[in-house]
Amino acid sequence: MDHLAEILARHGHAPSRLLQILRELMAQLGLVSPPVISELARALGVPRGQVEGVVGFYSFLSAEPQGLFRVLFSDNITDVMAGSVELRQRLLEAFQLRPGETSRDGLLSVGTTSCTGLCDQGPALLVNGHAIARLTPARIGAMAALIRSRVPVEQWPSEWFAIESHVRRRDLLLSAVLGPGEAIDAAIARGAAATIEEVSQSGLRGRGGAGFATGTKWAACAAAPGPERYVVCNADEGEPGTFKDRELLAHQADLVFEGMTVAGYAIGATKGLLYLRAEYPFLLEPLLARLDERRRNGLLGKAIRGCFEFEIEVHVGAGAYVCGEESALLESLEGKRGIPRNRPPYPVTHGYLQRPTLVNNVETLAAAALVARQGASCLRALGTRSSAGTKILSVSGDVARPGIYEYPFGVSIRSVLEDAGATEPQAVQVGGPSGVLLSASEFQRRIAFEDVPSAGALMVFDQRRDLLQVVENFARFFAHESCGFCTPCRVGTTLNAQLMTRIRQGKGSRRDLEDLTHTSRLMKSASHCGLGTTAPNPILDALDKFRPLFQQRLRSLDALPTFDLEEALAPAREVTARDDPGAHFAGEDA
Amino acid sequence: MKINAAHELEEATGRVPRVEGRPTFRLDGDDVPFDEGQSILAAALAAGHYIPYLCYHPEFSAHGSCKVCTVRVNGRTQASCTQPAREGDVVEANAEELRALRRGVVQLLFVEGNHFCPSCEASGSCTLQAVGYEVGLTDARNPLFPVRPVDASHPDVLLELNRCILCELCVRASALVDEKHVFALSGRGITKRLVVNAESGKLVDTDLALEDKAMNVCPVGAILRKRRGFSVPIGARKYDAQPISELAVAAAREEANRDG
Repeated sequence: MDHLAEILARHGHAPSRLLQILRELMAQLGLVSPPVISELARALGVPRGQVEGVVGFYSFLSAEPQGLFRVLFSDNITDVMAGSVELRQRLLEAFQLRPGETSRDGLLSVGTTSCTGLCDQGPALLVNGHAIARLTPARIGAMAALIRSRVPVEQWPSEWFAIESHVRRRDLLLSAVLGPGEAIDAAIARGAAATIEEVSQSGLRGRGGAGFATGTKWAACAAAPGPERYVVCNADEGEPGTFKDRELLAHQADLVFEGMTVAGYAIGATKGLLYLRAEYPFLLEPLLARLDERRRNGLLGKAIRGCFEFEIEVHVGAGAYVCGEESALLESLEGKRGIPRNRPPYPVTHGYLQRPTLVNNVETLAAAALVARQGASCLRALGTRSSAGTKILSVSGDVARPGIYEYPFGVSIRSVLEDAGATEPQAVQVGGPSGVLLSASEFQRRIAFEDVPSAGALMVFDQRRDLLQVVENFARFFAHESCGFCTPCRVGTTLNAQLMTRIRQGKGSRRDLEDLTHTSRLMKSASHCGLGTTAPNPILDALDKFRPLFQQRLRSLDALPTFDLEEALAPAREVTARDDPGAHFAGEDA
Repeated sequence: MKINAAHELEEATGRVPRVEGRPTFRLDGDDVPFDEGQSILAAALAAGHYIPYLCYHPEFSAHGSCKVCTVRVNGRTQASCTQPAREGDVVEANAEELRALRRGVVQLLFVEGNHFCPSCEASGSCTLQAVGYEVGLTDARNPLFPVRPVDASHPDVLLELNRCILCELCVRASALVDEKHVFALSGRGITKRLVVNAESGKLVDTDLALEDKAMNVCPVGAILRKRRGFSVPIGARKYDAQPISELAVAAAREEANRDG
């Protein structure tokens, strides 16, 4: 328990640090076992069930032993298209393992994880939390050899862990060169209230997808009474197919930190928190180094420019897409299960620790820094009337040049596809699975809040692709990531995933299409948060725009029994090690 | 009718009617008075209007997870238990579209667990079953048939998690009333589950007692007293005697009187 005592002391025995404590224990011990959970609960003075609940909520925490090497393949559709299923199978076969199983000697476990944000260089995986991209059969073979000889991950070839940067088009944000403190100085010169006004004037809207007016949010938070305020940067970039914040944080971290600091000055907050998704461990050390540098330069601390106090801390997530929802993110920052809160009240008045909190996306804060330095016109001069400025898109899938593209708002899907080198695109998923599926007849539409809003993902599927497989992949993603709080999303995402599998496998009936539509509409109307209301989007879009694909795959126009006799015999076949014809159901439906 | 008169007054003066000096919102054409901060559901129940619900309980703060009490407020669907009433709100609860929505939500709960009423000892006093009848549920499409462990370790209590609907009433009762934290939630999504506050994971190793509030709030047959199963015969049970719509309204009024 020496580990525990040291970690607890470093985190001041604060229950709000629970998630960070658990992450460290997981990294050191490979699991958070039931006795450790009890010990932790006693030390923090919280109910044991609370600690167990947090361990059970996050994908990267576990109460059961995992392999000495824990390999998780990214199962986003772009990774699948790049061959990740075959590569995973290869690794499993090398060790005679089944998915999700830990080898008997405790050496290896192999599973899948939601999109790791490396879609421009997939297939990708995480091994003991470290990201490896650009997987090939040869690399999997080499990896298997290293695992077999128990070579620690830290000693694996360093080039495997390199994350490439594929910036294909730069505009306002990605080409910005900001001198240290320039935006802060400009904000101070202008004054706090005028800085908020400048942000309002710029027309800046939230880049996380929802598009709420940033200036309005800043003003509401500044006006909210409270002993302390917080600025939270949402870097939990979990929407599959999105990796633009990865790029911003890797190469424009100072712009983001400057934006946070300007926001702190403007709304009167002394503390900033950056919530970094666990899938980007390679960003952590460089970010902490940038923060140290900024502290040394007097751009963080008690008296920035002799004028105000602001400090930034980085929190790391533990594998939960729903924590990108701002109120779930706040719960997670407080060390709890990431369950979206009931609203009202809103985070601007009752956020982190129930205090006024400004939650902004990485890209929003970077743009705010430029507005502070250059004035509202820098955004106003670009984009459309309702969508000022630029948008960074993460383009992946069937294109010759996957990567990062920054455009002024209003760019057409067709232009993006041409720039990225898409040939014969069949469909494009904009804004990730929670966004919109566009057919080829809609490629003239534009990226803008008033037309096709996007959090930044653009996944391209050419004519070879089975769109039902794409939609099924998205449905499975949501079923895996639903927090489980509300009935419609908890049950609906799983039902939809099962129905999509049945239909894709050619076992569906027309009644299944009706059930899909019914459950999807229910989820849209009655779910608790944006995850549940947007989860059915790909299904409803596909049913609307690609209905023949579904109809062609149906086995019956009537209802079929949902019970599959052949499937039900599978466990019996397994325990008896039989696979002869007599072990299969020979009915007419088999 | 008095209500129509009030509406005519409103149309004539542009004012929202008041009942006994309290502000009102309109629920399916009736004016419902409310107190500042009161939810639409609590105000509706106190005024004698039943809206089906499962995770709400008049003695606890609203939870908002089951979504059975979903209504339309000024055109937007909302859980009525967490939505504060505002003067002049136009609330629809019984439009067929909403009844269908509610039926769909209750159906999902039946689909998620193993709710085999004929063999369940809670039948007749089960709120899920009563709400199922109330909303007109007739089938459960695509049942998931979960396999969750039954915990019979406690000498006096049986924990049948295949019937748990994750309303968290026992979690809240144990934390807030009993101050024991016997129950908690773990997992997420469809694997979300009730866990008990013991390293063994067994109820026998907790300090749960029969007289705890947590023993008396389960709306289904998940937390059961042993050896009591059929002491009240089927046909003479809670919802056999009186429909849930009347019982819920009576309970809300009792709670309001206690507070008042």
